[in-house]
Amino acid sequence: MIFLNLFWAFFQIGLFSIGGGYAALPLIQNQVVQIHGWLNMGEFADVITISQMTPGPIAINAATFVGIRIAGILGAIIATFGCILPSFLIVLLFAYLYKKYKDLHYVQGVLCNLQPAVIGMIAAAGISIIAHALWSGELSDFSLTALDWVAIGIMSVCIFLLRRFKLNPIFVMLGAGVAGGLIYSIF
Amino acid sequence: MMQRNLRFYSKLFLATFQLSAFTFGGGYVIVPLMRKQFVDRLGWIEEKEMLDFTAIAQSSPGAMAVNASVILGYHLAGISGAVVAVFGTVLPPLILLSIISMGYSAFITNVVVKNVLRGMAAGVCAVILDVVIEMGGRICREKHALAIALMVGSFVAVAILKVDVVLVILTCVLVGLLTTVKHKPDELPKEELHDLP
Repeated sequence: MIFLNLFWAFFQIGLFSIGGGYAALPLIQNQVVQIHGWLNMGEFADVITISQMTPGPIAINAATFVGIRIAGILGAIIATFGCILPSFLIVLLFAYLYKKYKDLHYVQGVLCNLQPAVIGMIAAAGISIIAHALWSGELSDFSLTALDWVAIGIMSVCIFLLRRFKLNPIFVMLGAGVAGGLIYSIF
Repeated sequence: MMQRNLRFYSKLFLATFQLSAFTFGGGYVIVPLMRKQFVDRLGWIEEKEMLDFTAIAQSSPGAMAVNASVILGYHLAGISGAVVAVFGTVLPPLILLSIISMGYSAFITNVVVKNVLRGMAAGVCAVILDVVIEMGGRICREKHALAIALMVGSFVAVAILKVDVVLVILTCVLVGLLTTVKHKPDELPKEELHDLP
């Protein structure tokens, strides 16, 4: 029964979180804290903190965290499965339609207008990521003293390495992590 | 086309596993990683297709990384490809969170972990900036007015006006349909993103 509850709760989270990322937060909170009481608000805040510190989507992180606490490893697997099943099926349908019709005149017309828009949206997401990483203070406070100069330095070196030497982004991110660990710990 | 043998599937699994293990800082980070891995290194998809995948992943419910891997896997090898790709994407957070949930208070209060992550966040900024400069620059060099307008317009809409991304995508679909109706097939503006190095 607990497995079914886990599955169903995270199935709904997976189905209704459109827009990705933190758009899913209120939904997860509603299911996990309010409806089922699997976590209290403090633990839920911990899940958010952990998600910011680890890779991977927040909904999957929450599913694993809740599942394992309520019903062990099997619970984690079932909650995660429930979470990805709706998007798996829906995206599969889109993928099928894309593959079948992408060469049609109208579909081509739509897609080639969508591609620049996607780049614009990546840039928009980038701005908020950059603001978050480089300003240690409140985002509304754009004063120079709130700037994290170490982060700016690391970012500049990374940009140079990426543009000049076309390094793999994964190595650049790892290098930035090592640099951060050393510089912030020393100063 | 490449062979769909065990070698292919293990490559697909490893690539998506690696991608997922490094998507720090939100779903969009998958774009530069996917570009490096699947467009540049493996050459399995074109950059245009990757942008199409991103648009579809963004407008479907669920996590961006999972959605992108479903469509990528399906595009390469049908349903079995989608299953393998999703498996590779889900495994890293599943393993990591299972371990962390056992004793996470030490992890989230650790100063060294915090410092490493601060450095990584700066690295993520660089990775995102790089991909925007690269792909945005390409759009600008093509000097196709509508494409540039759509790129700048959707940036302003999302970053400044805080418009929902699904709404932006739907608007662009509408614009695409209207402009396509006006053009005959042979007059369609040719996008040649994939022909450039």
